[in-house]
Amino acid sequence: MNRFLRKSIFALALLLVGAGMAQARDQVKITGSSTVFPFSSYVAEELGATTKFPAPVVESTGSGGGHKLFGAGMGPNTPDIANSSRRMKDSEFENAAKNGVVDITEAKIGFDGIAVAQNKDNAPMSISLEELAMAVAANVPVDGKIVPNPYTKWNEINPNLPARKIVFYGPPTSSGTRDAFEEMVVEKVCGKIEGYEKGYKKIRQDSAYVPAGENDNLIVQKLSKDKDAFGIFGYSFLEENSDTIQAASINGVEPTPETVAAGKYPISRSLYFYIKNAHYDAIPGLKEYVELFMSEKMIGKDGLLKGIGLIPLPDDARAKIREDVLAKKKLTLEDLKKK
Amino acid sequence: MSIEIDPRSLRSRKNAEARFRALSYMAIGVAGIFLVVFFADIIRQGYTAFQQTEIQVEIAYSQAILDNPRSAIDAKIGPLVSRGVTRILPMHLRENPGLMGTTEKLWVLANAEVDQYVKGKANRLKPREIALVDELVAAGAVKKAFNTGFFTNGDSKLPEMAGILSAAVGTLYLLGITFIFSFPAGVMAAIYLEEFAPDNRLMQIVEVNINNLAAIPSILFGLLGLAIFINFMGFPRSSALVGGLTLALMTLPVIIIATRAAVRAIPDSIREGALALGATHWQVVWDHILPLSLPGILTGTIIGLARAIGETAPLLIIGMVAYIQDMPRGVTSAATVLPAQIYVWSSESMRAFTERTSAGIIVLLAVLLSMNALAILLRNKYERKW
Repeated sequence: MNRFLRKSIFALALLLVGAGMAQARDQVKITGSSTVFPFSSYVAEELGATTKFPAPVVESTGSGGGHKLFGAGMGPNTPDIANSSRRMKDSEFENAAKNGVVDITEAKIGFDGIAVAQNKDNAPMSISLEELAMAVAANVPVDGKIVPNPYTKWNEINPNLPARKIVFYGPPTSSGTRDAFEEMVVEKVCGKIEGYEKGYKKIRQDSAYVPAGENDNLIVQKLSKDKDAFGIFGYSFLEENSDTIQAASINGVEPTPETVAAGKYPISRSLYFYIKNAHYDAIPGLKEYVELFMSEKMIGKDGLLKGIGLIPLPDDARAKIREDVLAKKKLTLEDLKKK
Repeated sequence: MSIEIDPRSLRSRKNAEARFRALSYMAIGVAGIFLVVFFADIIRQGYTAFQQTEIQVEIAYSQAILDNPRSAIDAKIGPLVSRGVTRILPMHLRENPGLMGTTEKLWVLANAEVDQYVKGKANRLKPREIALVDELVAAGAVKKAFNTGFFTNGDSKLPEMAGILSAAVGTLYLLGITFIFSFPAGVMAAIYLEEFAPDNRLMQIVEVNINNLAAIPSILFGLLGLAIFINFMGFPRSSALVGGLTLALMTLPVIIIATRAAVRAIPDSIREGALALGATHWQVVWDHILPLSLPGILTGTIIGLARAIGETAPLLIIGMVAYIQDMPRGVTSAATVLPAQIYVWSSESMRAFTERTSAGIIVLLAVLLSMNALAILLRNKYERKW
């Protein structure tokens, strides 16, 4: 037993020394948005399967968490790429610059529609963006005054809508999908309705909006049981579950790849990833990963990522962005400030 | 003198006992029903994943493959075959130039939609494709085979290719590291506390804190691991080393508590006997206490490790819940574990991942069950009554 003890202490010491020495990294590391995660990991797998490079490690931390890790500094202990379901924020860019991450390239990869969907047994529902905002916002105007959302049934908002209880299952506060939804629904109708000036974007916190966790499959399952409810989630889940759920039309437009790409469907957003250009030389496979991701085979009009729910950019925009990314165009604060 | 028993009081006491028994049976029954329903549901959803649909195709190696791998297979059947099969053809051909111009008849993986259709589950095949699959089934060119890929592949975004190998190997790594760090430290701490420590205020504080640590939510250990091992010591994020150390922190109090209980169960007569014969305190511990309490210590350790391999929450914080396809090639390379793999699959949008998720749960449950069975076996075999 004494010998065993000595051996195990020796092994332990060896392990720690080994850990301290292993600094270089031969694997691309990616972190960020859970919406971009399926696309990013698909490309990662393809790189691993078709080249000599090991498949990159893709972590799903949410956009905000991803930018935080990405902007924490340079070197092998920080991620090479941050996935994001929204543009980088000014504050995130400044924070990254402060930590020495100055040479960043932005890659826009396509669109994601956010569907407002319900059980397929229900009659199809068509609502306007304003009506949707009135149903989900925390504060709404009633008779010229801003009050906490009083609506419990759809026909209270518009008598033409059914007398159905308002229930939403949607993403929690940590989610980029929720940020995007608040911006594209509530914030957008601010100023368009009398007495509803700018500055409102929060989603209601009462029982009409149930935060259902980051797992969109759970929301889809809830819809099969709760027929009053609407679920808020990414387009790919709608496509995959079209036998049990259907999307509501917003302003008369249903979410389809065509309507989203053409900008007709109002609740859609762009997806991005951000690259540390200085890591190109140090990390093997990074260049190949970025090239593969930006290739027509992946994000093209009939690319592989379309098959799993990414909505491709228009042809000319795609070509322009590909050129910029491959030329390692440096992102500036001015770029982020202009919309 | 005779004892008078009031028959009413006797009846009411007997009734009380009957009621208590009935309630106890009900409690066990309810627990049993939950367990049966849970197992039945998981197995019902998951057992199909242990079989995978294969298609017999002819692969023609030609120059055209290098640009368009799909051209290797008949254009009619091609769309039914997994991309995992065709995409590796160009590299395969470049490495074996001798294959150029030859053909090969092989059973290859069908894609997930065909697989789900053959298994009678929801799928997105077009009517034309369904007719084709039916035709192939009738011709004997489609079969269901045991899904070896599930145990020999790493994670994949193609459901038909996804397997648990890299997660299983990652689990072994973590388990090993957790054991190496927590077992010696835990046993030594417990022996010191039981056999050597003076009974003073400081030791009482230590004791209360150890019991407290055992009850702390596991996610806090993740935060601790992030702060110490990644941010302070600079170990790589998502690595097996950081995961193992974090789980070791979590398992440590469990091992200490189990070891103390085992050591305490040894009667003082053994210590006194050895001391009376002139043994030093250390000899008493090393030659008598430790061997006698080892079965108890091991049982506690196995149960602690079983809890550790079921954890995801602390690993989420240190970046191990991620898309990690390859097996770890050392303690500092990225690794994932079984429960993390299950979690990642459960949030996939593709329906074919549902059965993989359940199959992953079945495997994890089987591992946990055998670990707990081993703990019970050890206890029954070596346990000594004094």
